Amino acid sequence: MTVTTQPGNPEGSAEPEDAVPQPREADERLVHRPLPVRLLRRPELGAVVGAVALFVFFALVADSFLRPSSISTVLYFSSTLGIMAVPVALLMIGGEFDLSTGVMVTSSALASSMFSYQMTANTWVGVGVSLLVTLALGFFNGFMLTRTKLPSFIITLGTFLMLTGLNLGLTKLISGKVTTKSISDMEGFDSAKAVFASTLTLGSVDLQITIVWWLALVAVATWILLRTNIGNWIFAVGGGVDAARAVGVPVARTKIGLYLGVAFAAWISGQHLLFNYDTVQSGEGVGNELIYIAAAVIGGCLLTGGYGSAVGAAVGALIFGMANKGIIYAQWDPDWFKFFLGAMLLLATLLNAWIRKRAEATR
Amino acid sequence: MSETSTETSTETSAGQAEESGALVELSDVSKFYGNIRALEGISLQVRPGEITCVLGDNGAGKSTLIKIISGLHQHDGGSFRIQGEETRLASPREALDRGIATVYQDLAVVPLMPVWRNFFLGSEPTTGRGPLRRLDVAHMRRTTHSELLRMGIDLRDVDQPIGTLSGGERQSVAIARAVHFGAKVLVLDEPTAALGVKQSGVVLKYVAAARDAGLGVVLITHNPHHAYLVGDRFVLLKRGAMAGSYEKAELELEELVRQMAGGSELEELSHELERG
Repeated sequence: MTVTTQPGNPEGSAEPEDAVPQPREADERLVHRPLPVRLLRRPELGAVVGAVALFVFFALVADSFLRPSSISTVLYFSSTLGIMAVPVALLMIGGEFDLSTGVMVTSSALASSMFSYQMTANTWVGVGVSLLVTLALGFFNGFMLTRTKLPSFIITLGTFLMLTGLNLGLTKLISGKVTTKSISDMEGFDSAKAVFASTLTLGSVDLQITIVWWLALVAVATWILLRTNIGNWIFAVGGGVDAARAVGVPVARTKIGLYLGVAFAAWISGQHLLFNYDTVQSGEGVGNELIYIAAAVIGGCLLTGGYGSAVGAAVGALIFGMANKGIIYAQWDPDWFKFFLGAMLLLATLLNAWIRKRAEATR
Repeated sequence: MSETSTETSTETSAGQAEESGALVELSDVSKFYGNIRALEGISLQVRPGEITCVLGDNGAGKSTLIKIISGLHQHDGGSFRIQGEETRLASPREALDRGIATVYQDLAVVPLMPVWRNFFLGSEPTTGRGPLRRLDVAHMRRTTHSELLRMGIDLRDVDQPIGTLSGGERQSVAIARAVHFGAKVLVLDEPTAALGVKQSGVVLKYVAAARDAGLGVVLITHNPHHAYLVGDRFVLLKRGAMAGSYEKAELELEELVRQMAGGSELEELSHELERG
């Protein structure tokens, strides 16, 4: 409700200024942009409002929601989604989709586990090989996209199906089962686990290390997006690819780079999956790609590209985390989770569209 | 047989170009798509501080001409000189590097991005080193504002998405951008085609401002009134060939309008319509 009244204010206060268009004043107005206007322009505003509302809601409804252990559980679940949602958001800002992300995480974990086990190598070698394999998958997506000019939806749908089959087929072929062998007794397992799946204790709160990865990715992605020329290119290839090409932006390289970013995050996610449980289910990950996309959209990314933020995607992941765990803490039937998420997605998209319209009208 | 005539004519015109200091000179340029003649025997000069207008109906070859000058296509015959030097541009990037900036009617800007990000898109200034190398945001904002002001555009907020500007303002930002990045020749593709009367006036003002800044301007249009307001020389295209080339002194607006409106064809049409 507070949001509804805000857009009127800056417009109203801007009106008298309009009447005296003097260059000198324009300079000062550049510096003193009213705070509400700046906030309204942020793509993640809708998600932040939603996250706060959801937090207050579950804090009132579920007594156990505010306990440190609950908060750490919510943050952990959010971080596993958020690590992927952030680069997926960047990709969407660049105007493309990736439907292969969910199974790519599993592929990455499988590659790492099976290479180490079959070669009886140090697990870190497997981790390194997995990085190369995953980046190659990302490069394949990006290369096919820029070369064939087919929609990314089709290309990554193809990758998604192929990887789903490969994950199951290769694992069965090599291990004889759909699950990989445990690598917990192998050399380097402990140090790799420390990096990808350890728990940090802060006072009375146990925090999974994925939360650190998540926050680091948000920070790096935000830096790239808002403060580097690459970020400028990402917005441009998503928002107006022909205009970008006409002024000399390397469109193909930018898009391939975005797919490599997604692959890198899939590698981190995959290694967490592996070192958290020491075995990998080869059929896992199907369907997660849509959750990452949903988190990015809730966070303010436009499906058509050119608009969005990394922070927004992170908040979108947090909303998913709170909803998923909050329903359990409130002792509701978890079957309602998906319905709830769908409703959230629709609401968030409507809210974002409305806010963007207001923001663009508020000059 | 046509080769010899081309050579002699280019030699003389090259000599003229050096004297007159033409930035871009086309003489007897032709372009074929397969066996379709898109352009034939086109000659024009672009000089610093002058506006050369290219007028023609749809399909007259205006866009082919632009594509040759901006490096998207290569010419098949005749000569294309940049500052007296025979040239064959391989890409739009090369054209930009040689000082030829093209502002297209529809793909000038990325609508959702802020004005200052659009202004520097593709040539972003950075500061700092290594991993700390970053956009010089303060400089970018300031420069955008001052460069636009210099062109007479007073933007209240360079952070607003450029899509919120009017069509005329967007064209003007694209022109200011080309001027700022040191373009010597500005090619404008139908800058007033989609605009209302007032907005067209605004854009023409900035075209004149670019001319006063010493640029050579190529203005492609099918509106003789707009062309006559700012043009110094006029090249008329008709079905891929030159239908006329005039200096402003030797041409009346009425004549230009008559030529553009179809001249004798229009008279014929009016007779036909009268009968109907």
